[in-house]
Formats: sequence, C-alpha cells, structure tokens
Amino acid sequence: MGTIQPKVEAASDELTLVHAAKAGDISAFEELVKRYDRNIFRIAQHITQNREDAEDVVQDAFLKAYQNLANFQEQSKFYTWLVRIAVNEALMRLRRRRPERMVSLDEDIKTEEDSMPREVADWSPNPEQLYNQGELKEILGKTIQGLPPSFRTVFVLRDVEGLSTEETADALDLSIPAVKSRLLRARLQLRERLSKYFKNRTGGDGKQ
Amino acid sequence: MTCSDFLKELTDYLDDSMDAQTRAELEDHLQWCHNCYVVCNTTKMTIEIYRDSHLYELPDDLRTRLRTAIVSKCECHKSQASDPRGQGDSPTK
Repeated sequence: MGTIQPKVEAASDELTLVHAAKAGDISAFEELVKRYDRNIFRIAQHITQNREDAEDVVQDAFLKAYQNLANFQEQSKFYTWLVRIAVNEALMRLRRRRPERMVSLDEDIKTEEDSMPREVADWSPNPEQLYNQGELKEILGKTIQGLPPSFRTVFVLRDVEGLSTEETADALDLSIPAVKSRLLRARLQLRERLSKYFKNRTGGDGKQ
Repeated sequence: MTCSDFLKELTDYLDDSMDAQTRAELEDHLQWCHNCYVVCNTTKMTIEIYRDSHLYELPDDLRTRLRTAIVSKCECHKSQASDPRGQGDSPTK
C-alpha cells in the first residue's frame, strides 16, 4: 500500500510540470530534463554505442519533446513518450553511422539457434568477486555491443530502465509478443556470451 | 514439459507474469533438470548484473553542459515561435 502513494504523487506532479511546460514555462521543462536526462543518456548510449551520438540524442530528444509538447496527448506517461522520441533519434544516428546495414526495430533475425543455450555451467563465484568494477563494465559493454540493435533496445528498456512490457511495446511501436520474443532472445544471448567470462572454472584456469 | 517448452516460458517466469499452474509446472521441471536450472539462474544474474552495473552513467559535468544547451535551444525555439515575423532569434546574433 505504502508504495502506491508516492507513485501517484510523482505522476500528478509530473503532469503539473508537463502542463506548465506546455504553457511556456521553460523552468518546468528543465525539471523534466533533470528527472530523465540520465535515463535518456543511458538508453541512447546502449543503442548507438557511441558517446558523441548519445550526447546528441539527449539534446535532440529533449528539444524535439519541447517543440512537440502540444502533440503530447497524455494518454501515456511523459517518460514513455520521451523514450519513443529518443529511441527514434538514436536509431537514426545508428543508421547514419552504419549505412551499409539496415537498422530497424522490425529486424527480427530468424535464427532460433542464436538463442539456444550451449553453455550450461553455473556462475560461481559471483562475477563481482571475479572482476573489479572497471573490468566488469568493460565486459558488460563489450557483450551488449554484440547484440543486434533491436534486441539491445528492448533489453535496455525492459531490464535496465524497468519499463513494463506494455510501456516498452508502446515506446517502440511493437506488439507485446514481439517485445517478449526479442527480450527472451536478448537475455539468452547475453547470458551465453557472459558465461564465457563468468562460468565456474574448476581446473584453476580461471581469470588470468 | 520439455526444456524447449521451459525456454519459451522463461521470460514470463522471470518477470513473474504467469498463472500459478504454469508456474508450478515450470518449477517442477526445474527440480529435476539441472541444465534449465542453470540457464534460469544465470539468465536472472544477467539481468541483475546489467541493472546494477551503472553502465553508461552520465557524468555531472557533461550533464550540466547538456542541460544548459537544451534549455538555451528551448528558449531560442520559444522566442522564434512567439515572434511570427521570424525575428525572435535576432538578439542572439
């Protein structure tokens, strides 16, 4: 019970800010920027895998949101609407950087084998005990970079940012089964790749 | 239930979005299938490790710089929008 009230208050407080921003109050919009800039940067960097692009996405997504506030119908949360803008900006930049490859959210690579578990050793000790923070970040960054953009986009929204399946589907304009299918495959592929680093090594040939 | 059936349900299982009966069937499978137990456990760890990793944090100095740039672009847009003759941006020239 106690957890519901703050959420409701945050949502109504957010709508107050949105209404003020729609009426031209830039400081109200700045509050919304402060609230979500870290999330938008993280999403942008996950999708583009490029720091400069991520910075540009943050600026362009917020500016576009401001310019189009009048079109925000308030049927979804402001954050979901903002994420939709940011994802489109990020994918556009990715396409520019990799014109030779089609980059689309509809991309659905039809190989079931890519997600079939091959590595079935448990992870022990915990990865945190095996690697320091810097090493761990490098492994996680390198690993997620190898996923197709459509998979890592769904993964970052659902599992890193904590959007619900419905909100993710709404933000990406995908069906719920499509979100679930991509999420399963993203999770399994990441797990498979991380297992190379984190699996239980019994022969003493672990971390060098 | 086969391992392949289990895998299909893994996302709903981890997200706790399934009915009690399907959940019980999956848990029964996990009791005796070591491979699925490991896949389930390490997939859960994969999600947790990314969630807690603080990968791609926005540094404070960059955050301030970006926010300043966003606000200034919004102000510029506002002044242009409020001046139908398109002279709203002249003070910044």
